[in-house]
Amino acid sequence: MTEPTIKENALELHNLSVAYRVSRRNRAVLRDLSLTIRPGEAYGLVGESGCGKSTVALSVVRYLPRNGVITVGEIFLGGQNVMKLDGEALRRMRAESVSMVYQDPGKALNPSIRIGPQLTEIFELRAISRQMASDQAIAMLSRVRISDPVRVMQRYPHQLSGGMQQRVGIAMALANDPTMLILDEPTTGLDATVEAEVLDLIGRLRQELSASILFISHNLAVVSRMCDRVGVLYAGMLVEEGSTEEVFNNPRHPYTVALLRCLPRGGQRKDQIRLDTIPGFLPPPGATINGCAFADRCALADARCHNELPPLHDLGGRLSRCHYHEKAQSLPRTTPGNISTSSAAALLEPVLRIEGLNKTYASHGHALRAVNDVSLDLLPGQTLGLVGESGSGKTTFARLLLGLIPADAGGTMQLEGKPLAPKLESRTADQVKAMQIVFQNPDSALNRSHSIRHIMGRALHTLAGLSGPALRSRLVDLVHSVRLTERHLSVKPRQLSGGLKQRVAIARAFAGDPRIVVCDEPTSALDVSVQAAILNLLADLQMKESVSYIFISHDLAVVRYLSDQIAVLYLGRILELGPSERVFSGPHHPYTEALLSAVPKLDESERVRVRLDGEIPSAINPPSGCVFHTRCPRKIGAICEVEEPPLFTAEPGHTIRCHIPYLELARLQNAQEEINA
Amino acid sequence: MSAIGAKQPELPSSSTRGPVAEVLVSLSLSGSFLTGLVIVAFWVFCALFGEHFTPYDPLADDIINSLMPPSAEHWFGTDQLGRDVFSRVIVGSRDILTVAPLATLLATVAGTTLGLFTGYFRGLVDDIISRVLEAFMAIPVVIVALLAIVALGTSKSTVIIVIGLSFSPIIARTVRSAVLSERELDYVAAAQLRRESALHTMFVEILPNVVPPILVETTVRLGYAIFAVATLSFMGFGIQPPSPDWGLSISSNYGMIAGGFWWTVLFDALAIASLVVGVNLVADGVQGALND
Repeated sequence: MTEPTIKENALELHNLSVAYRVSRRNRAVLRDLSLTIRPGEAYGLVGESGCGKSTVALSVVRYLPRNGVITVGEIFLGGQNVMKLDGEALRRMRAESVSMVYQDPGKALNPSIRIGPQLTEIFELRAISRQMASDQAIAMLSRVRISDPVRVMQRYPHQLSGGMQQRVGIAMALANDPTMLILDEPTTGLDATVEAEVLDLIGRLRQELSASILFISHNLAVVSRMCDRVGVLYAGMLVEEGSTEEVFNNPRHPYTVALLRCLPRGGQRKDQIRLDTIPGFLPPPGATINGCAFADRCALADARCHNELPPLHDLGGRLSRCHYHEKAQSLPRTTPGNISTSSAAALLEPVLRIEGLNKTYASHGHALRAVNDVSLDLLPGQTLGLVGESGSGKTTFARLLLGLIPADAGGTMQLEGKPLAPKLESRTADQVKAMQIVFQNPDSALNRSHSIRHIMGRALHTLAGLSGPALRSRLVDLVHSVRLTERHLSVKPRQLSGGLKQRVAIARAFAGDPRIVVCDEPTSALDVSVQAAILNLLADLQMKESVSYIFISHDLAVVRYLSDQIAVLYLGRILELGPSERVFSGPHHPYTEALLSAVPKLDESERVRVRLDGEIPSAINPPSGCVFHTRCPRKIGAICEVEEPPLFTAEPGHTIRCHIPYLELARLQNAQEEINA
Repeated sequence: MSAIGAKQPELPSSSTRGPVAEVLVSLSLSGSFLTGLVIVAFWVFCALFGEHFTPYDPLADDIINSLMPPSAEHWFGTDQLGRDVFSRVIVGSRDILTVAPLATLLATVAGTTLGLFTGYFRGLVDDIISRVLEAFMAIPVVIVALLAIVALGTSKSTVIIVIGLSFSPIIARTVRSAVLSERELDYVAAAQLRRESALHTMFVEILPNVVPPILVETTVRLGYAIFAVATLSFMGFGIQPPSPDWGLSISSNYGMIAGGFWWTVLFDALAIASLVVGVNLVADGVQGALND
């Protein structure tokens, strides 16, 4: 391939407007969007769900759904006008110069074809021999750091883990040596540890390849790590664009400012600060917008903002679509910046005491230990954060506590000093209402046939034993306590947004004045601005009701914000348990260290990371000795493979299950910090 | 907690047409549903008001004019007792249109209950009930009918019970599979955490969410039920004389076909066929609308 002397821009969008035709009406989803991606550049597109990110990707390859139409605008890919291509030329463009990696690799791969033929097929398009194509496919798999490509070629997609599937997806995307690579939320469905590996891989491939990248993500930290420039999309409009560093450190649009403030950062905690939120909702697709799209939710907006569409102001290499871009950062907070707390929760009797809890499943004749000898205490009004990769037993543990699945005989659970039966049916009515749950997905947790009034009223009736006028007045209180209005009572869940549904679920859990509420990833399905509001609500309710939380999340910043204690689980075992700040600041267990280091952060620049190899092992056949030794970056020798380390008390209340002595861990991790610094 | 000055969340202003309204709109645009509805409505109208505009009394014998071919006087001819075939076809839907829907209703109620129990409790309850239902499904309807008639005597209610019970396992199976997937949703776990009774969880929490598959299965079964009633009547186990019922008429006249008296059978057969087709078209439309 000969390089032209002056390289064309990899991608140019000129005044692109896209609409979806719904009920015989065109609903605009992209409005007058112009952007340029230079050769070799990685461009990040961020925004909340519904702002049109994926529509951009689909427009570029002219692959919009049947009801999608490009109403105005032009798309140039490598200097070629995509809009003018006929069928054959379009096919060639898709085959030769542009590739896409999708969010869910499990769905992007054909489940009934082995990896080999799926990947080889793409090379065969170039009319080379089957043997050559197969060799190139193997070479490509090694390139995406798959250690045993020949064997992986023989596998079906379902036999690979999520991370491996996504590597294969990337290998397929790179097979045609594209000039433009589109990554649509490529790591969103993956665990943080696996995400870190995939991001590392993409970062390394960028240096080896010439491809330009369009990186679409809702995760600001991921984009800040991967991209040179970033565009912020709101209601289908580009509201801000610039170098990643400038936009994230010195945003010039109120939406970007607000979005960045929603994230719990820099070790913010519930007893210091409430997270900032963005009031209101994204305008629905097709809404007519006269002024600034963000004006309704912006505290800086005045009459001009509501009536006059701001142009994209050029601020010297960066753009902002705000009339008052120079004072964007003075956007007032929607929540108070600091809060006064009366934190004197020491020396209380634990509300929940668990000792030696086990859960064994029989799986094809093998015993599967999902939860293994877990002991811990939960203090009143405190939050215990449960962290660990998927498959570590977090959700099983929560369901054992609730009695939804019975624990093995042998362990003990005590609620406020009284024994708690493993089975829900054997618990007293008081014990049942004392422990409730907020599920991850409100669509599954709320009965879609029932009105909000029915859902909350039933909980008040069964859990609080109310009826008649008492129930009605308590219902109104409950609705207000989660900051909904009485108007919301008469609707069905499908008429509410994700955040509002989660408020209903929270209200239901609080109906019977619980002592403990299990929160199982309550914000992972929500956008960051909604997440902030839900986290604030949970923190406020905890302060008011002095309820304890067991908070499960894969997002460590979220866990850190809300938790007083942290338990780190791996293969159903507690590897580390201690006060939140101690666990985060370290010295910590090598697994905790790896988890923390896997999370991309907005505040810190690139640094040497501790990485875990491979995937979490199967719980049917856990590794001998220390279960973590197969992936441990700090393994010291044979003892790790032979002997299971005890939970060693590092400081009062902080225990670590590791053979490395505490002081040695401290020394090693300090040394690592110094290398980074 | 009143310190939080954030605005109250508003309802999103997107279109919020209810699910029932959406299905109705979808049905009103479905050609097969509308066609089926016209056919079924025609026969229902005939059953209710047909007697007022039949040219002859459908039960009146006229032996002198027996077995007359179709003519201007008798559009569909006359049967072996000289009764006007056209008048009999018009009112002949009366019994079948009470028996078949009632049988289907019985099948739906029994099947839904069985499906909820097997799907909700799973395990041993499911194993036992499901095996019994499968065994029941293996016995032909006609044999069940024969046994029932010996036991209960011939009457409309016997037909309703026989067809209702023989169709209920099929509905139970559909409901069971829908309940099995509903049961995995978290709202069921939430109900357990409120210690709702099993009956409440099944009938108040789960049942409303499995109505769409039940509705589809019921309309499909109604078509089969009409056919089954006609078959039983034809065999003499169903609706009894002197009703002008279609299946019964075919049964008492089919010996005449060999003699060339085709009109005594053809029009009743076409009537049954049109009603079954009409119901199946409605079922097709309902299925399309609910699966959108």
